[in-house]
Amino acid sequence: MRRFILPLVIFLVLAGFLAVGLTRDPREVPSPLIGRPAPAFSLETLADPSRVLTPADLRGKVWLLNVWASWCVACRQEHPLLVEFARSARVPIIGLDYKDKRAEATAWLERFGNPYTVSVVDADGRTGIDYGVYGVPETFLIDRDGVIRYKRIGPLTVEALRDEVLPLLKKYDAPSS
Amino acid sequence: MIPEIGQFALVVALAVALLQCVVPLLGAARGDPLWMSLARPAARLQFVLVLAAFAILTVSFITSDFSVAYVAANSTRALPIEYRFAAVWGGHEGSILLWLLMLTFWMCAVSLFSRHMPEAMVARILAVMAFVSVGFLLFLLLTSSPFDRLLPAAAEGRDLNPLLQDPGMVIHPPMLYMGYVGFSVPFAFAIAALLGGNLDAAWARWSRPWTTVAWVFLTLGICLGSAWAYYTLGWGGWWFWDPVENASFMPWLVGTALIHSLAVTEKRGAFKVWTVLLAIIAFSLSLLGTFLVRSGVLTSVHAFASDPRRGVFILGFLVVVVGGSLALFAWRAPKVGLGGRFAAVSRESALLVNNVLMLAAAGTVALGTLYPIFMDSLGLGKISVGPPYFETVFVPLMAPALFMMGVGPLARWKSASLPGIALRLRWAFGAAVLVAVLGPIGAGAWSPMVALGLLLAAWVAASGAANLWQMLGSAEDPITQAAGKREGLSERLLRARRIPLASWGMLLAHWGVAVFVVGVTLVKGHESEQDVRMAFGETVVGGPYAFTLRGVSEGEGPNYRYQRATVEVAQAGQAYTTLYPEKRVYRVQSNPMTEAAIDRGFTRDLYVSLGEAVAPTAWTLRIYYKPFIDWIWGGCVMMALGGLLAVIDRRYRRGRVGA
Repeated sequence: MRRFILPLVIFLVLAGFLAVGLTRDPREVPSPLIGRPAPAFSLETLADPSRVLTPADLRGKVWLLNVWASWCVACRQEHPLLVEFARSARVPIIGLDYKDKRAEATAWLERFGNPYTVSVVDADGRTGIDYGVYGVPETFLIDRDGVIRYKRIGPLTVEALRDEVLPLLKKYDAPSS
Repeated sequence: MIPEIGQFALVVALAVALLQCVVPLLGAARGDPLWMSLARPAARLQFVLVLAAFAILTVSFITSDFSVAYVAANSTRALPIEYRFAAVWGGHEGSILLWLLMLTFWMCAVSLFSRHMPEAMVARILAVMAFVSVGFLLFLLLTSSPFDRLLPAAAEGRDLNPLLQDPGMVIHPPMLYMGYVGFSVPFAFAIAALLGGNLDAAWARWSRPWTTVAWVFLTLGICLGSAWAYYTLGWGGWWFWDPVENASFMPWLVGTALIHSLAVTEKRGAFKVWTVLLAIIAFSLSLLGTFLVRSGVLTSVHAFASDPRRGVFILGFLVVVVGGSLALFAWRAPKVGLGGRFAAVSRESALLVNNVLMLAAAGTVALGTLYPIFMDSLGLGKISVGPPYFETVFVPLMAPALFMMGVGPLARWKSASLPGIALRLRWAFGAAVLVAVLGPIGAGAWSPMVALGLLLAAWVAASGAANLWQMLGSAEDPITQAAGKREGLSERLLRARRIPLASWGMLLAHWGVAVFVVGVTLVKGHESEQDVRMAFGETVVGGPYAFTLRGVSEGEGPNYRYQRATVEVAQAGQAYTTLYPEKRVYRVQSNPMTEAAIDRGFTRDLYVSLGEAVAPTAWTLRIYYKPFIDWIWGGCVMMALGGLLAVIDRRYRRGRVGA
């Protein structure tokens, strides 16, 4: 009577999936923004409030957008890696200083080093909302056409840079065909 | 010292559970009455021990004993006393302890209300339940002890999650768990019957009241949870297809199928294999729900605990319990006879179709809930499944189920005539079509979905009335009477007292479904939701009402600060009422909460929740007009009351007192 075994078989397959599911982290949520154009912003730079940066200024370049803040503990954890990466990186790293005070942010960069080509100030967090930021730090990779290709929630790690960011940089930063 | 007594009580309970699991089962196999007789006292002792542990944890909360890690994590000195009770099950460890308390409570209840059943059967049932209890006691003691100490003790606790600081939260989890865990009883009955080889009508009759009681609790628990989400989350929604909601909804659907299937097994001896399988699935889904919520495989509002060890433990336990019972099923089910035969047009067929639809519905919910895990496991990326999926698959499954609900009760057992049913339901059908055509026009605009919803609701209600009319009409057999002689209303009403309570229960529950469908249809079809920016003095129109924001004031609650808006509501130029939505910031956890202000009404709710300040004299507000939304919960309560009426039917009471 094979049909009486069927429920058991279905259940065991299900249990197998659940077992694998246990090893995954559900918090690595994909961003709905991936594959979409990076939301526009027009923000004052941290170094010079009279200068304004928009994503349009970076057209034609592959760039990283790193969301950070001086109040963010995890940012300090990721910071040395970012400083190290900035030394060898061929791409601009734009910092989005999220819900922060200008003086504190500047002091923080002086103290821990500044990996950013430019940082812009998102004092009220509006731009953060457009980018779906829900935890600082977050990192986005945006291609030549201004399309978001990658998003990471939480601090960057050596592994994430090596296995995720660098291959994508290679892919999108290759001479355009 | 006292928390250690709690821990000790749990350890002793584990020893008792082990004994209760092994000895009566061996006794039943060897036919040894002494060994079998151990089951009842052991079950009661286990209940007392777990109750003691639970009481000790409660005392720790009331006295704010922050040397207990779990108390420190879920309470503060400023927490009002009623929420200290709710805080006992506000976190993972306490939830599992509550689960266990419910399990031992059901076990104790079975030991008290089973005098009419054979000793071997009772011994097996209690042994199976003890096995489940062993699993949960081990889980509690090994991975999630609520009595772990915090040394040195915390000076102040971290407060209960503000979302849970709500009167609804005081009763929602116990109700839900009573239902969830209650399905362990029909499960244990089914396993005991499979073991003993006595899968018969008597087994179905014994199982029925237990299943129905568990189902009533689950219905109320889900209903309370939905009402709680409606007024505390501030989104005005009543069902979000959140994984944890789904985890409670799946056993409900299967439990509903089980109740109906048990009726067939009791009355006609048919569907035995099917009924046993449903009993196993219903409880398996309860366990699966516990796994999903407690292991952290899914993200959800409810998933507050995730520890990989816990996930592994529950999964292992799930495999042993569910895998074991399905293996037993595969081994024993082929030997079970088929039972009474029935024709294609019969009440059995109608119930079978509805059962299949219910199971299919549970399957689609399971698929939608687990799909993200499947995709992730196969390395196909992370996705989430949202309400559009569930709504798309649910309506096509529920529409025929609701149609059959009208037909089933009027069809005869064994064999019914289609023209006969059509004849008896012609007025019901006419009334339903009339409501479907006129109803939406009366509500505002005609739309096909609203018309379909009202058609089905009216069909269920009217066919129930036709069924009642028929039951009142017969002199001999209230269930199967065909076209009898013409009788007046007064003659029929005299017979109302002869209708068994169980039939009234069925009618009430089915009418509850109709009320529920009306609520869902009209909320979906005619609600108005506005997220607006309002300056002080500004007016916004929602439905037939005008809402004016007068101002926002600030103040202090026991353990939070609040900002309270004053919103005046006018209807046709006349002042109607004033609503005070709040935004609270709880001091310890410092996350903001919205307390929506709701003006409830029989045919509509006005729902205002406060957003953010966008300027010194301007705020964002959510202004919702929700027609007939309270009918959703009203319908659920009617279903639960229907279940309750069915349980107190004399048939079962006689069964308990006699023999």
